[in-house]
Amino acid sequence: MTLRSRDFSDAPVVLEISDLVVRVSDRDLPPVLKGVSFDIRRGETVCLVGESGSGKSVTSLATMGLLPRNALHVEGGRIALNGQNLLDVSSAQMKQRRATDLAMIFQEPMTALNPVLKVGPQITEVLDLHTKLGRAEKKAKVLDIMRQVHLPDVERIYDSFPHQLSGGQRQRIMIAMALILEPALLIADEPTTALDVTTQQQILSLIAEMQQRHGTAVLFITHDMGVVAEIADRVCVMRQGEIVETGPIRQVLETPRHDYASKLLDAVPSLVPRPSRQAPPATPVLAAQNLGKTYRSGSFLGKKTEVRASHGVTFDLSPGRTLGIVGESGSGKTTVARSIMRLIEPTDGRILLDGDDIAHLTSSQMKPKRRKLQVVFQDPYRSLNPRWTIARSLTEGPLNYGVPYDTAIAEAKRLLKIISLPEDALRRYPHQFSGGQRQRIAIARAVMLKPEVLVADEAVSALDVSVQAQVLDLLDELQRQTGIAIIFITHDLRVAAQICDEVLVMQRGAVVEQGSAERVLHDPQHEYTRALIGAAPGRFWDFAARKPLVA
Amino acid sequence: MVIERPAAEKPLSLRLLSQLSPASTGIAPFIATILLLAVILLTVFSPWIATHDPLAMDPLKRLQSASGEHLLGTDAYGRDLFSRMILGGRTSLVIGIAAAATALILGVLIGLIAGYFRTADAIIMRAMDALMAMPSILIAIALVALNGPSIGSVIMAITVPEVPRVVRLVRSVVLTVREEPYVEAALALGSSTPKILFQHLLPNTMAPMIVQGTYIIASAILTEALLSFLGAGISTEIPTWGNIMAEGRQYFRLNPGIILWPGVLLTICVLSINLIGDAARDGLDPRMKKREA
Repeated sequence: MTLRSRDFSDAPVVLEISDLVVRVSDRDLPPVLKGVSFDIRRGETVCLVGESGSGKSVTSLATMGLLPRNALHVEGGRIALNGQNLLDVSSAQMKQRRATDLAMIFQEPMTALNPVLKVGPQITEVLDLHTKLGRAEKKAKVLDIMRQVHLPDVERIYDSFPHQLSGGQRQRIMIAMALILEPALLIADEPTTALDVTTQQQILSLIAEMQQRHGTAVLFITHDMGVVAEIADRVCVMRQGEIVETGPIRQVLETPRHDYASKLLDAVPSLVPRPSRQAPPATPVLAAQNLGKTYRSGSFLGKKTEVRASHGVTFDLSPGRTLGIVGESGSGKTTVARSIMRLIEPTDGRILLDGDDIAHLTSSQMKPKRRKLQVVFQDPYRSLNPRWTIARSLTEGPLNYGVPYDTAIAEAKRLLKIISLPEDALRRYPHQFSGGQRQRIAIARAVMLKPEVLVADEAVSALDVSVQAQVLDLLDELQRQTGIAIIFITHDLRVAAQICDEVLVMQRGAVVEQGSAERVLHDPQHEYTRALIGAAPGRFWDFAARKPLVA
Repeated sequence: MVIERPAAEKPLSLRLLSQLSPASTGIAPFIATILLLAVILLTVFSPWIATHDPLAMDPLKRLQSASGEHLLGTDAYGRDLFSRMILGGRTSLVIGIAAAATALILGVLIGLIAGYFRTADAIIMRAMDALMAMPSILIAIALVALNGPSIGSVIMAITVPEVPRVVRLVRSVVLTVREEPYVEAALALGSSTPKILFQHLLPNTMAPMIVQGTYIIASAILTEALLSFLGAGISTEIPTWGNIMAEGRQYFRLNPGIILWPGVLLTICVLSINLIGDAARDGLDPRMKKREA
C-alpha cells in the first residue's frame, strides 16, 4: 500500500468552492470560514484535514446547504456544482439536488438512521422522493446497491432494523443510501471515526471501490492523518477557517510548506515503538492473576445467561513501567480497567496491590487502598464535576484522606505548574478550559494522592493529535518524576507504540497476545494482532519522518 | 476532535433569571410573574390592606353585594369578603409552599437513596408505586380524618401523595448521573457515600426540582381548596380560598361573588405558577427548546 498518485487534470471539475466566507449570524465575531477555496474533479478524493473547530464540517454543511439557519450564514463566495452556483439555488431545488447530485454520510450511522424503520424501506424512501420507478423496480435497485456495498444476505438485512446491524453494516447502509442515485459528489464527514480500525479499513476501501465504479467525486473530512494517507488524492489542511496548505497527498506529506501542516504531521504518533526501556528489577506494584468478570443474568426460574466480559487476564506491573491494553470496542479492556480500579467486583482471579488481594474487599476495606490506585477517563468533558471549581476538584482526594486544606492547595498549585496552567485556574470552572486542558487537570487530580498506579482509560482518544501529544508527554514526565506505574487502555496502536513498555492485546474478553511493545508490534504472533496492525490507517507512512516506513 | 459540546454553562440562578425575561420566553410568563407577584403582595400584606376584621360578623349586613363599604360584599355571616379573601390567600399560599417544600425535601432524600443503592431501590420504588396507585385525594381525606383538620395535618395530607412523583424524578436523575465519569472518579478518590450523594449527585437534581416544585405548589393550592370544599379542610375560623368557596356554595344565587372572587384569585395564582414552571422547564432543559427549523 502506498500513497495515491493518480492524475485528474483531465477530469472535469465537479465541485468548485471559491472564497467561501461563513459568519455567525447576529454576532460580531470573526468569520468561521475566511475565504475557503478548493475544487474536486470527477473520481477524485479530496481530504479536508484539521483539528476540532477548524471549519471542516462548516465547509461541508455549507456545500450541502445545511448550515443551521439563524446561526450561521454564507456571506460571500461561490459553491459551484458542475458549474452551477448552489448559493443561488432555492431551498426547494436544493432539496431535490441533495441525493441526486450531492449526498453526505456522517460520523455516527446509528443516529443518522431512523431506529424505528427497517433499513430497506429507508433506502427506498430516497427513490420514492426522487424517482418514478415502480415498486418492484425500486426494490430491485435497493437490493442491487446493498449488494454493491458488500452487505451479506441482503434480503434479510433489507428487513432489519438499524439496531440489529453492526456499526460497519450501518455505515454501509448509509453509503448505499447516499450513492443509490449516483450523485456527482459524495461528502463524507468523519465516516469512520466511530468505527473500530478493522471496520474502518473495510469502509475506506468500500468508499474507494464505489468511487471507482461510479466516478464519484469525494470530499472526505477527517482529523486522522492515517486515514488521509490511505485515501486522499489531494489534501487541504484547515486551521481556524482557512486552508493553510493544499496539494497532492505526496507533496503535503513529504514536503509540507506551512508550519502548521508540519506541526500536525510531527504530532502523529509513529507506529514504530519507542526504544525499550530497561526493566527495573523491582517487585511488581500491581499484579493480576487470571482476572475475570462474568455478568450473570436471568431470573430465579428462567434461563440463566452468562456474558464473559473478560477472562484469564494475567500480568505484572512494576513501578515506572507502562502496560498497554489494546483492543477494539467490546474486547473487554475497559472491564479489566474497572475491575482493577474496583469500580466493579471481578468474579474470578486475584488483583494484588503491593501483595494484598483487593479483588473482593468491601468498600470500607477498599478505602485506604484507593489512594494508591487512580484513574483518568476518556471524556474530558464529563470527568470533572461541572459545578465545582478546579481547586475543589483537585483537593477532593487529599481532603478525603485527612490532608489539611492548605497542604492540599499547595500541592494543587505545584501540579498546576507541571501541567502548565496558571495558578488562577484554581478559581475557575471546567467549562472555561479546553478539552486538552481539562484532561491535564483530570491527570493532576489523579496524581494529587501520589498513587502508585494510574489507570488511563482511553485518556487521549477524544483529543486532537497535537493535544494528544502534549498529554502523552505529560504522562511520561510524571512517570519519570514519580515512578508511577501506568495502565494505558487504548484502541489506537500508534499511541500504544509510543507510550507502552508492554502490550496486552484483547479480543472478545480474552488476552490473545502479550509481550513487550516492540515484540508485539514488530513480530505479532496472533492472527488478530496482525489484523489490527494491518488495519492501522497509514501504517506504511512515517509522518514525522516524512517518508515511507520501511518495516 | 470527536466530541463537541455546547460551551459555557451559566449558573442555575442566572439561567433561571434570563429565562423569565420577556425577550426569551414571550410575553405570557412575564405577565404571569407580575400577576403572581401582585397576588402575593396582596396576601402577604393582607392585615394592612384588609378593610375589615375578616372574622367580625355582622348579622345585619349578610350577603350584601359589592358596595363602597364592602368592596366585594359580605358572606352569610356578614363578614367582609374582600378581607377574608386576601387573608385566606395567605393561608392557601403558605399551605401550598409548605407542602411543596416538604414533598421536595422528603422526595429528594428518598430518591437519592433509591437511585444510589440498588437494594433499597426495589423496596422503596414498590412502596412508591403503591402510593401512586391510590387516588391522592382519598389519601389526603383519610389523613386529615385521622389527624384532625389543623393546618399541619392538611399540609401533611397534601404532601404524602406528592412524594412519589418527586422520588421518581430524583431517582431517574441519579441513575444517569451516577454513571458519569466524575462520580466514578470521586469514588476512586475515596469520597464517602454521603459526600457523593450530597455534593456530586444532589446539585444535578436541582433544576428539575425547581420546575417540579412550582407544579407542586400549584397543585397543593388546588388540593387544599378541594379538601376544604369537600369539608375535610381547615375550619372557617382560619379562612382559606377553599373554605370561603365551600361556605359560599349554598348562597351562590344570593351572592355569587363569594365563590367567584376567591376562585378568580385561585385561578390566576395556579395558572401563573404553572406558566412560570413551564418557562423554567423550557429554559433548564435544553431538549425542550424549540429546534431551529
